[in-house]
This record gives sequence, C-alpha cells and structure tokens, in this order.
Amino acid sequence: MNRRQKRMLTCQEMVELVTDYLEGRLDDAARARFDAHVAECDACTLYIEQMRMTIVALGHIPTDSISREAEEELLAAFRNWRDQTA
Amino acid sequence: MRDEEAARGGAHGAGAGTDPDAELLARLRRGDEDAFRTLVEEHGPFLMRLVMMHVPSRSIAEEVVGDTWLAVLNGLDRFEGRSSLRTWIASIALNKARTRGTREGRIVPFALLRRRYEEGGGPSVDADRFQGRHGERPGWWASPPVAWEEPERQLEAAETRDVMLRAIRDLPPRQREVIALRDISGWDAEEVRNALDLSETNQRVLLHRARSKVRAALEEYLRPETEETTP
Repeated sequence: MNRRQKRMLTCQEMVELVTDYLEGRLDDAARARFDAHVAECDACTLYIEQMRMTIVALGHIPTDSISREAEEELLAAFRNWRDQTA
Repeated sequence: MRDEEAARGGAHGAGAGTDPDAELLARLRRGDEDAFRTLVEEHGPFLMRLVMMHVPSRSIAEEVVGDTWLAVLNGLDRFEGRSSLRTWIASIALNKARTRGTREGRIVPFALLRRRYEEGGGPSVDADRFQGRHGERPGWWASPPVAWEEPERQLEAAETRDVMLRAIRDLPPRQREVIALRDISGWDAEEVRNALDLSETNQRVLLHRARSKVRAALEEYLRPETEETTP
C-alpha cells in the first residue's frame, strides 16, 4: 500500500471533504485518511453527523403545492393553448 | 449567470437511456387535459419551492410558476426529450425566476458582496474555529462543534425549517439552486448538473458550500444556551 498518507488530515481539511466523502467521491487513499481522522477525532465525527442531520432535515421540508385558484387558471390556460394549437 | 446556456443545457444535457416521459409527452401534445393535470401535480410542488427561493412572495412565485407552465406548453413541440421533462421544466422555471427575482429587487442586496463566493470561495467553517500555526495541533478544532439539543425533535420543528430556508435564501444563487434541488427536492447529482449546466465537480463544490452554511445556521440556532468554552 502506498504510504503517501503519513500526515494526518487536519480538522480544517476534514470539513472541506465532507461532501466528497458523503457523495463517495474520495479515492481509496483519501478515504483511508478521512477514516483515520474520524477514528481519532470526536469533534469531526460530530461535525459529519451534523452535516448528515442537516441533509435529512432539508429533505423533510414540505414542498409547497400551488393553490386551487392557480390550478384552475392553469387548466384554463391549457384549454386555451389546446384550442389554439388544434 | 449564463441563463441561455442553462436553458440549453437543460434541453441538451442528459441524453442517456430511454425517455420515461415519452407517453406523457405524446398525450400532452394531443391536448390531453388529464396528462397536463398529472404533470402539474407531479412537478408543481417542487417548482414552487424552487421559484420561492428567488422571489419575495408566494403570489409572485405562483405567477412565475404559471408562466413556466405556459412556456412549457408553448415549448412542447421544441422539446426533444434529450433530458428528462423535469430537468427541462426546471431550467425554464429557473430562468424565469432569476429574471423576476432580479426585477423584484430580491437577491440584489448583498449580491455584489457575495458574488466572490459564488463559485465556492471561502471556507466551510470559519478559520478562527481552528488552531493557528502556533497552536498545539495546527488546523485542528479550537472551537469544536457541540452537540445540538434534541436534534430529532428540533430539526422537524417549523421554526427550524425557517432557519434553514432563511439560510438558503442568503446563499449565492448557484449554491441556492443546487441545494434546493439536491437536498430539498431530492434530485440526484446528474439531474442537477443537467438542469443547471454545471460540471460534476462544480455541482459538488456548490453543494458543499451550501450545506456547510446551512449546517452553520443550524448550529447557531440549535446550540445549547449554556456557552461552551473552547478547550
């Protein structure tokens, strides 16, 4: 195994790599260095956990639907479009 | 930014696999009202959310979404099905929302200040949270994150959602669009790249900046009242 990974990643470097890590974009060597840091650093473990929680929370934001009136207008516009193009 | 290119990227970007929208498209082109209703029900909610990131009020967002649907109808004949229907519709909505957002004076305050962060400058966490060169362990946390109080309950609360949405509104436009599509609407990276005409790396960098800032806003809001001292 190639030993380019002597130096431990710093926390400051870790926080820049979290998305690459979560998206599976780190190569094996980088991932090994990332994991090695996590194994030793509770603060970064928490940081990554909070990034995950953030992503989950964003996914739970309800998306707005359009109002009834807007939908009616839209369907009227559709009929209008259909009649024009028919 | 390059709105024209974004729109074209949406129409020409993807090009892989068969088109799952083909049947719906054929029905739409025949003027099938149910097909249109299906389309609006399926994509309306995320369009609203996307557009609301750019305009100051719900009523304006509804107008923009309405305009988008008209543009979709009028563009149906030109749509070549090389990207998904959703990607194409999103790029139309984004173009309209950006134009409208600028006209309504949203976005503009602080936009100039923020522009330099647009493509990903600036650190994910403030540099002063880490130990300096003369610290015991340079680059390691000086002021580490602290656990949030009752995150499961808090993160689902309406107030916390507002904190997240405000943080997203304060992002530079590209970051805002990427995080809205990836994390709120749940698109995958490829779809977002196509809709916004971004490179794979750029998409990820923008997403990272955006997520980091939303996490920071949550940290600010959810941090326990008792001040944690730095170790």
